[in-house]
Amino acid sequence: MITFKGRIGLFIPCYIDQFYPQVGIATLELLEKLGLDVAYPFRQTCCGQPMANSGCEEDARKVYQKFVANFSSFDYVVSPSGSCVYHVRKHYNILEQTEDVKKVRQNTFELCEFLLDVLNVDDLGIHFPHKVGIHQSCHGLRGLKLGTGSELVFEKQSKVHKLLSKAKGLEIINLDREDECCGFGGTFSVFQPDISVKMGKDRIADHQKNGAEYITATDTSCLMHLEGIIRRNNKPLKTIHIAEILNTWKP
Amino acid sequence: MISHSKAAKIFLQDEPRTDWHDQALWFVRQKRDGAVKQLPEWEKLRETASQIKEATLSNLGSYLEQFEKQAIKNGVQVHWAVDASEFNRCVLEIIQKHKATKVVKSKSMLTEECHLNPYLENAGIEVVDTDLGERIIQFRNEPPSHIVLPAIHLKKEEVGELFHEKLGTNKGASDPAYLTQAARGHLRKKFLQADVALTGVNFAVAETGALVVCTNEGNADMGVNAAKVQIHCMGIEKVIPRTKDLGVFTRMLARSATGQAVTTYTSHYLKPEKGKEMHVIIVDNGRSEILAKPYYRNSLKCIRCGACMNTCPVYRRSGGHSYGYTIPGPIGSILSPNNNLKKYGNLAFASTLCGSCSNVCPVKINIHEQLYNWRQQVAADNLLSPIKSISMKMAAKVLANSRLYQLFGKMARVAVRISPRLLLYNKLNTWGEGRELPIPPNYSFNEWYRINRKQ
Repeated sequence: MITFKGRIGLFIPCYIDQFYPQVGIATLELLEKLGLDVAYPFRQTCCGQPMANSGCEEDARKVYQKFVANFSSFDYVVSPSGSCVYHVRKHYNILEQTEDVKKVRQNTFELCEFLLDVLNVDDLGIHFPHKVGIHQSCHGLRGLKLGTGSELVFEKQSKVHKLLSKAKGLEIINLDREDECCGFGGTFSVFQPDISVKMGKDRIADHQKNGAEYITATDTSCLMHLEGIIRRNNKPLKTIHIAEILNTWKP
Repeated sequence: MISHSKAAKIFLQDEPRTDWHDQALWFVRQKRDGAVKQLPEWEKLRETASQIKEATLSNLGSYLEQFEKQAIKNGVQVHWAVDASEFNRCVLEIIQKHKATKVVKSKSMLTEECHLNPYLENAGIEVVDTDLGERIIQFRNEPPSHIVLPAIHLKKEEVGELFHEKLGTNKGASDPAYLTQAARGHLRKKFLQADVALTGVNFAVAETGALVVCTNEGNADMGVNAAKVQIHCMGIEKVIPRTKDLGVFTRMLARSATGQAVTTYTSHYLKPEKGKEMHVIIVDNGRSEILAKPYYRNSLKCIRCGACMNTCPVYRRSGGHSYGYTIPGPIGSILSPNNNLKKYGNLAFASTLCGSCSNVCPVKINIHEQLYNWRQQVAADNLLSPIKSISMKMAAKVLANSRLYQLFGKMARVAVRISPRLLLYNKLNTWGEGRELPIPPNYSFNEWYRINRKQ
């Protein structure tokens, strides 16, 4: 049983809030089922990454400050998005490093790393009888080091694989390219749409070729992009956020 | 110059060819993976290499002077060039001093950067690139599309066609061995006729004054040994302190570049042969300006292995020419803005910031972080497109205000739900060119939470 004590602020990124509430709900329910004290600050908006990745970090400053104000009272901030978490940790360096800013940067976690590294939960005993392809979202993989990038010569580890490998009935399929970018890239997806879509198509083809029913990831942004291409081209694949798989857990 | 985005769009029009290009380079990346995974100490090597370069850059002036002193002691003539035009002039003067007209050149990205070939040709000098890939693109009168594999954008059939026209090979012949033999015969004549041999430099060793040139074709040696005059061209960042540092880099260069344990030829040039002349030209051409920029200086660690190109999912699907700069791909996208931010600033956006380039880099250049920083610089210098600049300012306003954000969010969801498809998937909706928009839910998470968890 988990002996964790502390208040958790649930950070639901803007695009999840508006377009994929089910991912937020799954994350919340999962944390609640684990018996944790979770609250969702109503006034939260976004981490500021869309502006910053477009070069407009200075414009994003106010958004950063808002984020810190919303979350600094919590012991931990947990989010179903590796990319946004990485942005808070890495790029809030332009703010004055007050105690609040430092606290928020240190204590903001992506869901999988929170489960494994903070709660030490690696086997929820879930049942998910499907063939699943894992899309390793880049900011989670190479930024938060949720796994070992295929370029590196370190002992292989992957938090996502670890969490899913014990699920009953779940078969993790092997991909030809284990961690190539899907091509979303934030505003890259709209300012360089041709390459973005081509990269997505190629990822989907890899998952399809290797027999995936579902593509899962730690980031809904990648999945939103892949889902958009899947639906446009009527591919027989579904996307599902890892929180939704983990939330099939029945304690 | 057209933007990377537009050039990429054109490249992508031939999808099977894009796939072929992507797979050819991915194959090289996989060979690299296989080679580096043979070395359990690979990550330690990367760190060591990075630190050697760090230390060298911190004392670059004194290492260059040490190198010069040693080289002069060895009987080498050392020249310094502050920029491309001084460099080109220097090369021409050496050639003219010997009343030479025929030059053979092995691979040198520096000479590409300085546009040496057209400069010499204008002065009536015949310059022959002797690296096979370089010779191919020289015949085609186009720049390299990759720094290690300059003709990777071409299929063997196209090379066959070109060689039929230029070298008289059989029409329709595309067998690589046959074409290579033809090039070999052609180049052999050029080597024997050449008065001057030019080479690039991979490493210049400060303690000995030695120049190290790595090739797979032995063309640097063919040129240097046959000609009376040898000229080696190096950027100021090519110097390394000691001979014992060299092994760190030679172990990494070929593994990173092509997946070979070592290049077929690693040639060490120390002093001229009796009766011959050996020159080295040390070129700045903007490098000391990069050195003065704390955030960008470690881009000077680059050993030009090309691994960041092979791994870059954007490069593989847009081709080297889409970048419009001598050095394409991720490393080129962080070097070129130093040269001209207005012209090359758009390259900082030719990336998803996936970070694979930084992971694959043997000298641990934080390429994707520098791309991020260049983006900030582009915006700070008001070089963003007005549409991007305005939309980001508006987005920031909305996202800094909870109520505005919820309002706009709701409006967006309703708009997607009720708009007719033709209106929704209009020309401005670049997302919708190849993708469906998300199906808007009836409630946001925020709305759901207020109803279901309100305390």
